Amino acid sequence: MTYLKTFATGLVAAALTASVAMAQDTKVIGVSIPAATHGWAGGMNFHAREAVERLEGVYPQLDFVLATASDPGKQVNDIEDMVATRNIDALVVLPFESEPLTSPVHAVAEGGAWVTVVDRGLSVEGIEDLYVAGDNPGFGRVSGEYMVSKMPEGGKIVVLRGIPTTIDNERVDGFKAAIEGSGIEIIDMEHGNWNRDDSFDVMQDFLSKHDQIDAVWASDDDMAVGVLAAIDAAGREDIQFVLGGAGMKEMVKRVMDGDKMIPADVTYPPSMIATAIELTAIAMTSTAPVSGTFTIGSVLVTPENAENFYYPDSPF
Amino acid sequence: MTSETVNTPPRRALPSMSVLGPIIALLALIAIGAFLNQNFLGVGNITNVLARSAFIGIIAVGMTFVITAGGLDLSVGSMAAFIAGLMILVMNAALPTLGVGVPIILLGMATALIAGLLAGLLNGFLITTLGIEAFIVTLGTMGIYRSLVTWLADGGTLSLDFGLRTFYRPVYFDGILGISWPIIVFALVVIIGEVVMSRARFGRHCAATGSSEEVAHYSNVNVNRTRMTTYAMLGILVGVATIMYVPRLGSASASTGVLWELEAIAAVIIGGTVLKGGFGRVWGTVIGVLILSLIDNILNLTDLVSPYLNGAIQGVIIILAVILQREAKAKG
Repeated sequence: MTYLKTFATGLVAAALTASVAMAQDTKVIGVSIPAATHGWAGGMNFHAREAVERLEGVYPQLDFVLATASDPGKQVNDIEDMVATRNIDALVVLPFESEPLTSPVHAVAEGGAWVTVVDRGLSVEGIEDLYVAGDNPGFGRVSGEYMVSKMPEGGKIVVLRGIPTTIDNERVDGFKAAIEGSGIEIIDMEHGNWNRDDSFDVMQDFLSKHDQIDAVWASDDDMAVGVLAAIDAAGREDIQFVLGGAGMKEMVKRVMDGDKMIPADVTYPPSMIATAIELTAIAMTSTAPVSGTFTIGSVLVTPENAENFYYPDSPF
Repeated sequence: MTSETVNTPPRRALPSMSVLGPIIALLALIAIGAFLNQNFLGVGNITNVLARSAFIGIIAVGMTFVITAGGLDLSVGSMAAFIAGLMILVMNAALPTLGVGVPIILLGMATALIAGLLAGLLNGFLITTLGIEAFIVTLGTMGIYRSLVTWLADGGTLSLDFGLRTFYRPVYFDGILGISWPIIVFALVVIIGEVVMSRARFGRHCAATGSSEEVAHYSNVNVNRTRMTTYAMLGILVGVATIMYVPRLGSASASTGVLWELEAIAAVIIGGTVLKGGFGRVWGTVIGVLILSLIDNILNLTDLVSPYLNGAIQGVIIILAVILQREAKAKG
């Protein structure tokens, strides 16, 4: 008897909740991103939280669930939980790794929810409704073109690479293509793993190995910090400038202040997660078409436009 | 040490391979480096390699004692990152009241040493008093400290105030008579560690505890206190390493000190300390640390091997070191 009663009460409660939900027609958007384990991801987390807070105010009919994962397995669990407990209408996901996330995200899309994929693509094409992508070859190309414009007579440069990944390969290939035939010669290249300490060590060794280095493509702002410290400690005057990348606030500030060693920066904005959440909100609330691919170009930050890329409140 | 010399047959003039192996490997690396690049033996490069070895080196000396006493500590890398973050926060917070000067640097140093001591005591307490496996305890605290520093930094990077950094910088880059401070501190830690390990009672207690807890206990060695002291000592040494680390780049983030624990453990093992405990060699650890940093340095200075393979080469050296140890044991 009691079992039946509980069951009945539960059924009524469920029916009531459902009718309330129907009346308001609230849609739930799930956002699943990697945890803030390094600077860029920290910035991405910041922009995701900010976008969610802002959009909750703008669209009362939207609900957001934000989950951060420290590994691909946890991210898969997060997404499964979102579907099971919150019955999400749309998923915004920045996959930790492409392979392990492909089939769980595919299952979400099969279930009829809108799927937005950010930055790292899935390993099977055509699953997502919207792909908001950073432009890695473009990042390399813009960096290379800036080097060429800054050193018209050519010169000797060293390059610090990131963690060995497709992202890093695409960037370096774009860079090499852009400097081809310009007289700029890459005399050495090593992995600094997007890490300040590693790039400090690598740059110290480059400085011992080469007597003349005209410029450094650090390819990342964290690595640029390590490179600058190594140059400073060695007291070398031959290096004219260091080009980083990503758009860390401290580096953008130095560009803004007209620092000779950091004359420019190239963006790979962590705020692209905000673009993705915003576009997904539009997809949920209006009839404006937003499906397809949205590529966020890498932009050259110079003292003239640096102000537009400076976010003093962001941790990155 | 003494037990080994007794075991060695008197007719053999050369010390065993477990003693010679690491030294030969180090000399071979130096020869290869000097042959491949003429800057390798320059003062600048030697200073760079020694100074950057100092962090892992100082921690590895403490690790030698922990491992000799039959323990293990996986938390040191995260602990270093956490202490670095804490130190930066404390110094930045004290800046308005203390201003840029020696007192604030001393405050930062005291913070690092006390935080290190407390972190070490916590590990020691959980392992000895509560009797939990060292591997599990330090795996747990490793995750805790790594998360704490990420949280303190809000996922980004904690940076020391610019004026402070400029004032504090000489602690990494300057020194006495052209020898930079990290190298001097590293050398002092090694000398003290070697004396304690091979001459003092505490060193013998560590070895006794590590080789057989029960025998040590019946020989009137306070096993728990010995273990506790090794973890506390390692904690303080992590604090010392952090004091040298912070002035270098003036920042700490979630990627600070990643895998330092494994590098320190590897250096200890390459140097001939037995992973199961019972026998430790501080000078061997120093050779282990130098071997690991020289591999990186030589690979950076030359274009012989693809940088993708750095880790593979270090791995081969670690395994070779353990094979040499085993052979020495079988013969003895």
